[in-house]
Amino acid sequence: MARKLLIEHAEVPEIASYDIYRMHGGYASVEKALKTMSPEEVVEEVKKSGLRGRGGAGFPTGMKWSFLAKPEGVERHLVCNADESEPGTFKDRYLMEKLPHLLIEGMITSSYALGARRSYIYIRGEFMYVLRILEKAIAEAYANGMLGKNILGSGYDLDLVVTPGGGAYICGEETALLESLEGKRGNPRMKPPFPAVKGLWGNPTVVNNVESIAAVVPIVNEGGEAYAKIGIERSTGTKLISASGNLVRPGVYEIELGLSVEEFIYGDDYCRGIANGKQLKACIPGGSSVPILPHYLVTKTAAGTDRLMTYESLADGGFASGSMLGSGGFIVFDEDQCIVKNTWNFARFYAHESCGQCSPCREGTGWMEKVLYRLEHGQGTLEDISLLEEINKKIEGNTICPLGDAAAWPVAAAIRHFREEFEWHVKAPQEAQKRNFGLISAPIEA
Amino acid sequence: MKVDHPQAVNEAPIEFSAQTMTEIQRVMGLFPEGKKKSAILSILHLVQDEFGWVSVGAMNKVALLLNIQPIEVYEVATFYTMFHLDPVGKNVLEVCRTGPCQLVGSDDLIAYIEEKLDIKVGETTKDGLFTLKTVECLGACGYGPMLMCKYQFYERLTKEKVNEMLDAMREASKS
Ligand SMILES: Cc1cc2nc3c(=O)[nH]c(=O)nc-3n(C[C@H](O)[C@H](O)[C@H](O)COP(=O)(O)O)c2cc1C
Ligand code: SF4
Ligand code: FES
Repeated sequence: MARKLLIEHAEVPEIASYDIYRMHGGYASVEKALKTMSPEEVVEEVKKSGLRGRGGAGFPTGMKWSFLAKPEGVERHLVCNADESEPGTFKDRYLMEKLPHLLIEGMITSSYALGARRSYIYIRGEFMYVLRILEKAIAEAYANGMLGKNILGSGYDLDLVVTPGGGAYICGEETALLESLEGKRGNPRMKPPFPAVKGLWGNPTVVNNVESIAAVVPIVNEGGEAYAKIGIERSTGTKLISASGNLVRPGVYEIELGLSVEEFIYGDDYCRGIANGKQLKACIPGGSSVPILPHYLVTKTAAGTDRLMTYESLADGGFASGSMLGSGGFIVFDEDQCIVKNTWNFARFYAHESCGQCSPCREGTGWMEKVLYRLEHGQGTLEDISLLEEINKKIEGNTICPLGDAAAWPVAAAIRHFREEFEWHVKAPQEAQKRNFGLISAPIEA
Repeated sequence: MKVDHPQAVNEAPIEFSAQTMTEIQRVMGLFPEGKKKSAILSILHLVQDEFGWVSVGAMNKVALLLNIQPIEVYEVATFYTMFHLDPVGKNVLEVCRTGPCQLVGSDDLIAYIEEKLDIKVGETTKDGLFTLKTVECLGACGYGPMLMCKYQFYERLTKEKVNEMLDAMREASKS
């Protein structure tokens, strides 16, 4: 059985309470860091661990931390991104609901490493019940001297606050999140300056995903090198994967990076295969913003090697035949699913969530949604398919934040791999309203 | 949307309950001096919890409490989709319609609720008990089809579970 570093104790009764969490070794990383390590030493361990951001982009956490500006007399902040709104992603909710103290422990140890004395958890407004769980746990941490003044007699002070969003996917983007945290509309900021220089209220700020912050706990406890031994290449440690769609056993799993995709989908310890005895048609392995893979590229790469759950292997083949690990939102489609319908569904999502600041994204996402609606509802033409590709090119790289790309890439990938199915919607519109296209066959020359 | 009204800023601020006011003081206390505006989303949630929706009068009151211009509150309230800017039913059923939920039957779920309540998405039942809305991914994708009502998640919904849920909500609304 694979090692679990984050959610091993998630199902222990009352593990959400301070005392029970403590009985299972909780807050050891705070004791170790504050009593025996300098902030720089903690940063060093995180660098050694090879931990990469678990929010989607996969940027090395230790490196991000070392970019934090430290001007004299200016406050710094750590902000936890608990917005979790990338479709297919529901791992942070599980972690926070079951193990609120793990996140708080990670916030304390990480804030100490960064020299932040006022840190924030920004959680999506729909998770209000999880916010209440966190509030209760934070109050317990204060009562037990883990937060507040002079923590464990170390002279280090930290205040931690959890605060809700109001329903806007874009607030998961880190600069939109900071705007929102300042009480404004969630319009992403122009970069540079990056948050590490000018973040919350203009102060140097690190924004990290819930899971990244939680991972700092085992890294400090066991050492960065031990953590880096798990996994393959530059994909170190464990990762929470939230699996959804047509699976026998969807849910949240902690995997060691390097597990094969085959084992994850079909293995007894994981998703146990496709629901209702159906066949796999496609998979979006890293949340709705990453390219879709047709069934013949899910468990194998185009080169014929086993596809693994790592940043590198899932991206193998680039955009031509690969995808991305992203946030770990693993969405599985069975043979009865319609790719055109799903592509339209996600296009509608992005059109709905575009903040409207840049015209390529605001207009482009709306256009794509309309064109895909036509195709799905039997009113499309073959030109519509090329039109989608053109709109895509206009959005790509021309926007303030990556939402534009996130909307465009998946459409491009769907057309690339499922063109036949799109064309069928045009050529046989009536039939397409009645039945699904079914599986596509792999190209002979793979 | 009512905030389009040219007289919006002149609409009289409404009073909040003592309990809401206490909570507002608490969430404002979470942020440093001069940064109280950061509490605005918390406050709008509290207002909606009390009244069921967020009226112009309520937003004007929030502006007074935070010592900011009313437009700053309208801007925020209109940006975030959780805030209802028009009156809604006692129970707002917010069904997730996004990809992963759609793969496991959210279309059927929406159609079933429409039929059961005899309303379309966006409408409120005549007795004022239910409003049906669709929303984008709620972070429960592996447990779909699902909906949220009063911050509570109802997951892996079937027709039977929907019937039970609606009955329980009707019962709770009687008291
Ligand atoms: C449109 C958009 C939505 C995002 N949503 C989230 C989110 O819900 N949660 C998250 O942690 N990161 C999200 N991100 C990534 C953040 O901008 C940021 O990279 C991340 O929080 C950094 O943390 P990490 O380095 O620990 O991954 C999103 C990015 C974009 C462009
Ligand atoms: S790319 Fe889209 S979401 Fe991002 S800032 Fe521009 S309009 Fe807003
Ligand atoms: S898609 Fe419905 S909760 Fe995520």
